[in-house]
Amino acid sequence: MAAEQNPNQERIGVYVCHCGSNIAGMVDVEDVAKWAGEELKDRGVVVARDYKFMCSSLGQELIQKDIQELGLTRVVVAACSPHLHEQTFRNASAGANLNPYLTELVSIREQVSWVHTDKVEATKKAKAIVGGGVERVIHNEPLEPLHVPIHPATLVVGGGIAGIQAALELADAGYPVYLVEREPSIGGHMAQFDKTFPTLDCAACILTPKMVTVGNHPNIELLTWSEVTRVDGYVGNFTVTIRKRARYVNEELCTGCGICQEKCPKKVIDTVYEAGLGYRKAVYTPFPQAVPKYPVIDRPNCTYFQKGTCKACEKFCPTGAIDFTQEDEYITIPVGNIILATGYDLFDARRISQYGYGRLANVFTSLEFERLSNAAGPTNGNIVLRDGVTVPKSVGIIHCVGSRDRNYNNYCSVICCMQGLKFAHLVHERTGATVYNFYIDMRTAYKDYDEFYQRVLEEGTLFVRGKVAEVTDAARLPGEEGKLIIQVEDTLAGKQRRIPVDMVILSAGLEPRKDAKEVAHLFGISCSASGWFIERHPKLDPVATMTEGVYIAGCVQGPKDIPASVAQGAAAAARVLGRIQQGEIALEPIRASVDESKCSGCRICNNLCPFNAITFHEDRMVSEINPALCQGCGTCVAGCPAGAISGTGFSNEQILAQIEGLLLLNVEHPLMAEAA
Amino acid sequence: MTDAFEPVIIGFTCNWCSYRAADLAGTARVKYPPNIRLIRLMCSGRLDPTFVMKALAGGADGVLITGCHPGECHYLEQNYKALRRYLLLRRTLKGMGIEPERVKLVWASAAEGVHLAEEITKMVEEIRALGPLNWPAWKDGNGHQSPVETKAEEVAA
Repeated sequence: MAAEQNPNQERIGVYVCHCGSNIAGMVDVEDVAKWAGEELKDRGVVVARDYKFMCSSLGQELIQKDIQELGLTRVVVAACSPHLHEQTFRNASAGANLNPYLTELVSIREQVSWVHTDKVEATKKAKAIVGGGVERVIHNEPLEPLHVPIHPATLVVGGGIAGIQAALELADAGYPVYLVEREPSIGGHMAQFDKTFPTLDCAACILTPKMVTVGNHPNIELLTWSEVTRVDGYVGNFTVTIRKRARYVNEELCTGCGICQEKCPKKVIDTVYEAGLGYRKAVYTPFPQAVPKYPVIDRPNCTYFQKGTCKACEKFCPTGAIDFTQEDEYITIPVGNIILATGYDLFDARRISQYGYGRLANVFTSLEFERLSNAAGPTNGNIVLRDGVTVPKSVGIIHCVGSRDRNYNNYCSVICCMQGLKFAHLVHERTGATVYNFYIDMRTAYKDYDEFYQRVLEEGTLFVRGKVAEVTDAARLPGEEGKLIIQVEDTLAGKQRRIPVDMVILSAGLEPRKDAKEVAHLFGISCSASGWFIERHPKLDPVATMTEGVYIAGCVQGPKDIPASVAQGAAAAARVLGRIQQGEIALEPIRASVDESKCSGCRICNNLCPFNAITFHEDRMVSEINPALCQGCGTCVAGCPAGAISGTGFSNEQILAQIEGLLLLNVEHPLMAEAA
Repeated sequence: MTDAFEPVIIGFTCNWCSYRAADLAGTARVKYPPNIRLIRLMCSGRLDPTFVMKALAGGADGVLITGCHPGECHYLEQNYKALRRYLLLRRTLKGMGIEPERVKLVWASAAEGVHLAEEITKMVEEIRALGPLNWPAWKDGNGHQSPVETKAEEVAA
């Protein structure tokens, strides 16, 4: 019997997936299965089949039937990436009472059929990969997942609309939430807007009630003016260190009356909330409806901190809440899950120098225009030029600034078309000015958006299809003096045009936060090439990340509008709630452990572990690994000179056997050539 | 009749970055030569230099080691340990009379499918230029038995 030649006495089943034509189109899957059944018989393969869709329920039943009827002790599935279906096939095996970790999924789709073009070579490589899988699976050990309890609290980072929604969903469900926000108030970009497309709801009217609910919620601990500085632990059991910056205002005593802001003599240009158009004081809340209501003292701009005298705020504060002795405070909190909703930065329009932003006074960014049109903004909602009084008679809105442009960002920033239309409507409504929209393509997908486009068209806004080449104040033709001239190729009319306007609005794109990479690293997740955080699956798992227990919501995942951000915030919260209600989570049992009888006590491994999981016992002169702290990277396994450390799931035996298996075909090659 | 030399390369990937880059190359249908066979590790820090020896001794002509970019390791800093081992390993290989260029370290983030495919393509050409290593043939008689014995037999107490 073949199994007798197998030193391990394992009975292995090999299943090769066609994946429709995804694999079968480039790999001769029947041949791979036949080869495995014949050539790997002495390695314990008792059955090898190919099937159209192994992941279908019929495909899974095929495996389960073989496990039960043929008494399989190991399963190798050659199909797609383990990141897609490893769990599927493990569950299938578990359903037939085979320990799930005795099933190995090897990728012949992402690593073979989709990347190679020669069917013969691809089939040969697929065989090698199956060979590697078979050799490896012989050494797989039955494992049990590690069950760890889930802490019911959740950390939400970022207090924009996505983070607010996530925090409220969780808190309303009865679980504690820590909401951390870097600015003095929550609200995010949405708090800066006047109207929201396509319904023209007032942003503040729909946002501020939610902010107030967050501020008053018994289950939400709001930590503004704070930043996460350190994250330890793993899903269910994170320990997060947060730096609470000194507010210099005692929150116990402050009533939020605002007298300190009135009396503070120091005016500072507000580059965050007012986008540089307005002023705030050195002691400030960003806007009147700020949550929390307590102001902060901006130390680098405070006269007292810089010159040693002033203290006007302290003198006038009726409750004695100003406290110049406060210091930054570091707090450590335990949480089970983390939702990142840190938002976006606006594309810096200065980078496109030919559009003149920063050089030509009446070129505005979209965020500046939001403040300009906002009734609570620096001009009380009057749309005027930079001089503060002149109402523009003509306005040009340039789309795709910094987006869909190989020089800057390839991606579409999603919101700019609708934002441009909203601006056009507001300008038309409030000033009666002639409005031009310069666009590459109009993208008004989603509910009621195209209807809004039609409405703006009917209002008489002019649309010019073409990428603007330049905005200049150099007049050449009569009627251009004192104007900003927009030079553009009108691709529908097929000619160059110069359009003089009074005001230019750049519908700037969305970019990842400047510190997105550092934040991603802090939380152990990754960024795409564009810098947005990568979701677990682009279609089917858009709010989870590859790191268990860390979720993403809102623009941090990619440009999106308010409804989509809210939906993601709620979705991330729902995922976390599901986790919390389970009470515990099963973790991959990939852990390292020390065989004390082999440990020489050299302590080389002690310094290799960044998680402090390895402790040295002076009394017995051996090292020991704490499985609760071990993350399973395996660096100590590779580093142990005595071979005393073994790693489950990725043991030396498994990997060495896989190497042998992968090379099986090649070693045989010269022999086969001799025989031929 | 002998075929043109087609090198065989064993590639070690990190579960968090380069394996995903390989997945991404697949999903995006980026093409690269079929001479490479990948093994998934949890981290480049898991790479025991023995694995490289085993691969070369077992018939591979080259070994590609991949991991997260410096500063981006999923396990904080283990890729630096992979880097240290890699540098030592190259010296060791040189001492053994093997071209150190047969072993290469490449950083590839989860987003760099194209980069990984390019690096693989480049390496295949580099190894092709070096020619076959043919380590299994160095040993007389005993076929592809690894010269680096890794599995010590347990001695019964």
